[in-house]
Amino acid sequence: MRYAMAVDTKKCVGCSDCVVACQTENHVPIGYCRDWVVEVTDGTYPQLEIELRSERCNHCNNSPCVRCCPTGASHYSEGGIVLVTPNECIGCGACIASCPYDARYPHPDGYVDKCTFCIHRIKKGLKPACVAVCPTRCMYFGDLDDPKSEVSEVLKRRKHKTLIPEAGTSPQLYFLI
Amino acid sequence: MTSRRDFIKIAGVSLGGMTAGGKAAYQAMANTLEKNSLDPTLLNRTPTYCEVCFWKCAGWVYKKPDGDIWKITGNPDDYNCNGRFCPRGTGGVGMYYDEDRLQTPLIREGKRGSQYYRKATWDEALDKVAEGMKKIAQEHGPECVALFNHGSGGTYFGHLMKAFGSPNIAAPSYAQCRGPREVAFLATFGEGVESPERTDIRDTRCLVLIGSHLGENMHNGQVQEMSDAIDKGATIITVDPRFSTAAGKSKFWLPIKPATDLALLLSWIHVIINEGWYDKDYVDKNTFGFDLLREHVQNMTPEWAYGITTIAPHIIRETAREMANASPAVIIHPGRHVTWYGDDSQRLRAVAILNAILGSWGRRGGYYNPDTLKLPEYPHPPFPTPQRTWREAFPGKYPLAGLALASGLCDATIPALTRNCSIKGWIVDGTNLIETLPNQKNTIEAIQNLDLLVVVDTMPMEITGWADVILPECTYLERYDTVRTGPHRQPQLALRMPAVAPRYDTKPASWMAKELAKRLGLEAYFAWESIEELIDWQLKQVGSSLAEMQRIGVKTFPRKYDDLYFNPAESYEFNTSTGKIELYSNEFANAGFDPIPNYTPHEEPPPGFYRLNYGRGPAHTFSRTSNNPNLTDIMDENVLWINPKVAQEWGIKPGQEIWLKNQDGVVSQFPIKARVTERIRWDSVYMVHGFGHDDKRLTRCYGKGASDTRMITKVHIDPVMGGTGMRGNFVTFLFEPETMEAKS
Ligand code: SF4
Ligand code: SF4
Ligand code: SF4
Repeated sequence: MRYAMAVDTKKCVGCSDCVVACQTENHVPIGYCRDWVVEVTDGTYPQLEIELRSERCNHCNNSPCVRCCPTGASHYSEGGIVLVTPNECIGCGACIASCPYDARYPHPDGYVDKCTFCIHRIKKGLKPACVAVCPTRCMYFGDLDDPKSEVSEVLKRRKHKTLIPEAGTSPQLYFLI
Repeated sequence: MTSRRDFIKIAGVSLGGMTAGGKAAYQAMANTLEKNSLDPTLLNRTPTYCEVCFWKCAGWVYKKPDGDIWKITGNPDDYNCNGRFCPRGTGGVGMYYDEDRLQTPLIREGKRGSQYYRKATWDEALDKVAEGMKKIAQEHGPECVALFNHGSGGTYFGHLMKAFGSPNIAAPSYAQCRGPREVAFLATFGEGVESPERTDIRDTRCLVLIGSHLGENMHNGQVQEMSDAIDKGATIITVDPRFSTAAGKSKFWLPIKPATDLALLLSWIHVIINEGWYDKDYVDKNTFGFDLLREHVQNMTPEWAYGITTIAPHIIRETAREMANASPAVIIHPGRHVTWYGDDSQRLRAVAILNAILGSWGRRGGYYNPDTLKLPEYPHPPFPTPQRTWREAFPGKYPLAGLALASGLCDATIPALTRNCSIKGWIVDGTNLIETLPNQKNTIEAIQNLDLLVVVDTMPMEITGWADVILPECTYLERYDTVRTGPHRQPQLALRMPAVAPRYDTKPASWMAKELAKRLGLEAYFAWESIEELIDWQLKQVGSSLAEMQRIGVKTFPRKYDDLYFNPAESYEFNTSTGKIELYSNEFANAGFDPIPNYTPHEEPPPGFYRLNYGRGPAHTFSRTSNNPNLTDIMDENVLWINPKVAQEWGIKPGQEIWLKNQDGVVSQFPIKARVTERIRWDSVYMVHGFGHDDKRLTRCYGKGASDTRMITKVHIDPVMGGTGMRGNFVTFLFEPETMEAKS
């Protein structure tokens, strides 16, 4: 099993609903976030293009954050989901420094927090909160090892990219372009 | 059950005349209510519909183990949201948790606007309001009390006003927002666009957005359907001087010169008629005035429009072709906030005409025919007949205004020799008039002339600072409200019930209105014991019940007729003077307006000034959300979009704080940061509405960004229906606030 997510930049409107929903679902304190929206504008008026992307932890196959964690708090869980066990985390911040995507933040309670792909929801057969709320339905989630999963299907059908592939982390968050 | 049948009969016959039978029926009902209704504190999720904007998405409120609110998610059965709330609705929890909320009734001590208030009990506060209302009624007549409302509480206060004898009930959503669109579509098709809009975006093949920034305005169902349409490969054409998010999703973006949209629309009509691309069968069968229209647009060529709009003729032709190819599955979207330049009814008439000749009205992928289930009113005595209405304040003006004008009521509050009575009392429920009505000076002058100003709100918005009495409302998460009806492809009802008990000493509007009714001797109009009883009664008239709705939240009903789309084999009669879709409007002609729209040029910015455009950000609704802790976390101030060339000319750096000054010398109260971006034309600037609050009680948003409303001092009134055109204001930049006097 290999969980992955795809975000359709052609449909995302950058509304940040994914951010608000993640914050409430996961009790992320106000002022912090596990996901965020990036807008890239290209060109000059009136020859313009914008790309909107909802970003979060890439649940990399080859995660520097897991590798550099001195306590083992950062670890791979089922389906390749990268997690932090709060009570094993000493808050040293090595993982924050090692992540090329800036996907982690120091939780005010003294541990490092990040996107969990809403593993608590997945276990109940639900989709991650951001995927479930997105008004444009531009996010797809599922198991890449299952060729029939939503995410496998859409990646087959559509052109896509990952962010900073040259970092060699093998990110599992795909952007449909 | 027999008592219910009897009850319907009584209600029907005497139009609510209270009889002994009625009383007995109430009692019978109150008894059944007990076992039918659920205790909200025992449920792990409770239904609601969202109150953050007018879209009213239905959802579920979930609680934490400690019983407080955890999250709100969409109800998958609801057509308005399909199980997905927008960011504002998801962040609606912040309205409940906001510690700046109004917490107790307040009575002003000292001069109006001085902001000295003392805490009061509900009895004191309501007594004072009732006294004030009675005094005005005695001295001037009940019509001299007006209600301004936005949102669900308005139902109860509106009912109170009608019982009191005042027809002066206005929502700013008409004259400050979508009024021109309703007037134009009514004149053309005999029906308005309504809310949620009847646009069949889901199945459209071509969506044309004119200044409508779907995706930045999160009109939930429409944004969702636009995304579906993108998936299905529909063509989107966006007309906007700004490269909006929607423009970024469009096959064609037409970066039009601001204020010239009507010329573009007329030239599209010209091309579609002259090339023979219109829907001939549909036009022949259903429309009136086609030949007059053809003749009218003969000179309105793309070349003519080019000189006005700066859109190249071949683009005008190509986009017209796209629309025609998609016809009838094409939507020239009417927009929502359309009070721009004062000829907005005419611009929207052109939109309606273009849709009509492409045959999209009543067609799949164009405009569907919505259906609504109306709930019967709880029986009450007939309303008294008012002696005067707001219309008399404006003799001969705005003949086609279908609803009261909030701006009109405001103007009618300022004494004038031509009027025998001005409005003396305002009840303002859930609308921050200071930031909603243009021309703040005028609004404040009106307020200074009032004998009574009552504000009902959840937050200490600017308008509360002028109130004599502030009645703190509990949020939508803490109350029952009127059952949501509203049009859609199939009628649906949605229930709002409290997820938790009200925080602080706050109350629902339904309770306030009933309490005031008691004090005004109008209790017969509020004969229900509790709102649960009222809702249960209404629901039972249509075969549901409060208990059922508490379980399911949303209930779908069958359509009355199987006519979601017109059947080409049948003929239809439209609710217009000719029974046809009026391309030539007799209603406009009879009222002395152009029966077919004409383009008239609008004023342009003087040198060194830029047209001020404003719009929505996806995380906020009006000024209502600007202090919401969850939503300020996403966006806590607005910024001013400036084209890089303009910024360079002025030496403005990205992120630099600047002050704005408008054509009338009005300077923004706070600075706004520059967003230097290619996404905007050089002749206009843009900001998101609803920021620049100057009430210190709003601790998160005080002084953040600038208020567009403050800069809108010049208002172009639509003579057809009184809409307040707000996009004819121009601003320039100041680098220090001090220079404002020196320079002006
Ligand atoms: S909720 Fe969806 S549309 Fe909105 S920003 Fe997130 S991914 Fe984009
Ligand atoms: S995105 Fe960053 S935090 Fe997430 S797995 Fe990759 S390296 Fe680790
Ligand atoms: S569109 Fe958003 S704010 Fe409006 S009612 Fe729906 S969820 Fe609430």
